Amino acid sequence: MSMLETPAGTIRLPSTPELPYDWDWLVQEDRAHRLLYTDPAIFQDEMTRIFGATWVYLAHVSQIPRNDDFVTTQLGLRPIIVLRDSQGTIRALYNRCTHRGSTVCRLDRGSAKAFQCPYHGWTFLNTGQLSGVPWPDGYACDFKDPQFNLAQVPRIDLYRGFIFGTLNPEAPPLRDHLGPVTKPMDEWLDRHPGGRVTFCEANRLKYRGNWKLAYDNSCDGYHVVFSHRSLLDMENRLKDPREKGMSFYKSRPDEAAMYCQYFGHGHHFKDKRPNVAKRPGALWEIEAAHPGMEYYADKLRRRLGAKAARALDLAASEPVNINVFPNLLILGNHVQVIEPLAVDETNLTWHATAVVDETGELDGAVDDVNALRMRTQEAFPNFGEVDDAANFEQIQRGLLAQEDEWVYMHRGLGIPGRIKVADNGVITAPATDEVFMREYLKEWKRLMRAQPQLVVRREP
Amino acid sequence: MPAGRQSDPSRISPYVDDEFYRTLVANFSDWQRDEFEVTNPAIRDRCQALLYREARLLDQGQFEAWLSLYIPECLYWVPTTPRGGDPRKEVAIAFDDRRRLEDRVYRLRTGYAWSQVPPSRTARLLSNVEVFGTEQPTAYMVRSTFVINEFRAGEARRLAGWYGHRLAQQDDGWQILVKQVNLLDCDQNLRNPSLIL
Repeated sequence: MSMLETPAGTIRLPSTPELPYDWDWLVQEDRAHRLLYTDPAIFQDEMTRIFGATWVYLAHVSQIPRNDDFVTTQLGLRPIIVLRDSQGTIRALYNRCTHRGSTVCRLDRGSAKAFQCPYHGWTFLNTGQLSGVPWPDGYACDFKDPQFNLAQVPRIDLYRGFIFGTLNPEAPPLRDHLGPVTKPMDEWLDRHPGGRVTFCEANRLKYRGNWKLAYDNSCDGYHVVFSHRSLLDMENRLKDPREKGMSFYKSRPDEAAMYCQYFGHGHHFKDKRPNVAKRPGALWEIEAAHPGMEYYADKLRRRLGAKAARALDLAASEPVNINVFPNLLILGNHVQVIEPLAVDETNLTWHATAVVDETGELDGAVDDVNALRMRTQEAFPNFGEVDDAANFEQIQRGLLAQEDEWVYMHRGLGIPGRIKVADNGVITAPATDEVFMREYLKEWKRLMRAQPQLVVRREP
Repeated sequence: MPAGRQSDPSRISPYVDDEFYRTLVANFSDWQRDEFEVTNPAIRDRCQALLYREARLLDQGQFEAWLSLYIPECLYWVPTTPRGGDPRKEVAIAFDDRRRLEDRVYRLRTGYAWSQVPPSRTARLLSNVEVFGTEQPTAYMVRSTFVINEFRAGEARRLAGWYGHRLAQQDDGWQILVKQVNLLDCDQNLRNPSLIL
């Protein structure tokens, strides 16, 4: 598979002047200003300096398995078509006709060798090249000029099926940018046969709040027993002697074996796996009730014998939160994507994943594992995330109070011995610590102050 | 498991099995056909009355009474794809067996389900009710169009789509076997889908 990593044919964009804000006042060691969440000018600037200038997750290869397949998405607010062109090259085309600006593709997904603009019929190959315009004899120009080809994201790279893009030629290579977060990503993938998953629809949510509220939440071990109290109560309503779900948060979570880590470049990680015994089947045992679990667990045990425990763990929610700044959150068996729409509106798409078993590791039981895994994945979006989203909306409302300026994130700050920094810079702290938020906002501040020279590319 | 519990799908739920999925997908494929339409007004009235009662109980927040309209081995299904898809291979917005439906109601009753504090006030409109016969003489498929007017936390909104109900005449009256909720925007990002549809 080839990727566009060479920015040939790139066009440099005019640089955006820095906002006249005192960033060190807006983001302090222990607090962040409400304007980060409420100011339309900061939001607009983020679409350039964050969503344009750092690597941003765009799509997953399983959404475009064959040549000519496409999905539409956004890079910040830019409408984008992520596709595999007719030669197999993965590209991210701007979904914007070079004539008058209309989107050329109006579908969420599909397969197409070319896109014809519905407005005046200009037609583009899935390489982005203009292939024809109606009645060209009415034009004096040369349509071979690349300026009429669709713009595209100049740098596209993949990490094990996750497609990223950036408009910034100065951004480090993707692997360097990801750094140590690739370790939990690898472990998350490698627990599956063949080290991969495929997307299988999504629980799609929307909230009226700033996109960073979701990122602030993604590594937050402090909110769990409060925001998700109804979920924890519900999952334990049958009074099974073994506590279900995230019960390990209930008493003194900072003393539990779980921890959070900050990796640099805005990425962070909450590892709850140490709370669960290491033997096969231990993860499945703390799953709460799900439709079909008795039948399929029994069927898998009969079919696989001793290997069933590991298969059942594949249907259980992996207890990790792997957060790749700014918009990719891998948690449980979900790939959650943060899609900013406006300063106070965000889509949260929880892509579900299915197990693929091309090597026969599961002895033909993959469909049974997936039948169960679909049901386990529906639980958290239905009974957990809706409550977080309600809280995000109420934060956005609370932050309308102009005189009360600060959001605090100082849990753990200044307590001797609580936070550990390794030689490679990785920071480790107890599960409820807000160090991840303090650290990622430092990276946010760095990006907001930087002067990136963004480029787009057009096929020559 | 103690034998006494085996029959209680509130706790133990072995009925969502291969056969259940196969039958479900078959029952919800290609059922809205003119030649299956039921013209007997008594049956159509009975189906319509059950749907109206269900809408009223949900509007009134009487979730326990609402649950009693469903058979023990029931399903509440909100697909995430416009044609329903195959629930064995893709996630749904909701795919609740009896136990999970009771979970859903239990959660709403805890007082800590923040997405429903305060709770949604709803006024449901049901229309375009059509009843279709099935291969089982006592079971019917019912299509209806719905609009749920919702007011919550200072805002009013509308949710719309169509329902596919599978109903049957049981020993103790008419009951719901399966309810499929087809939201118009089922494949789009939804704001606070925490109410029962």
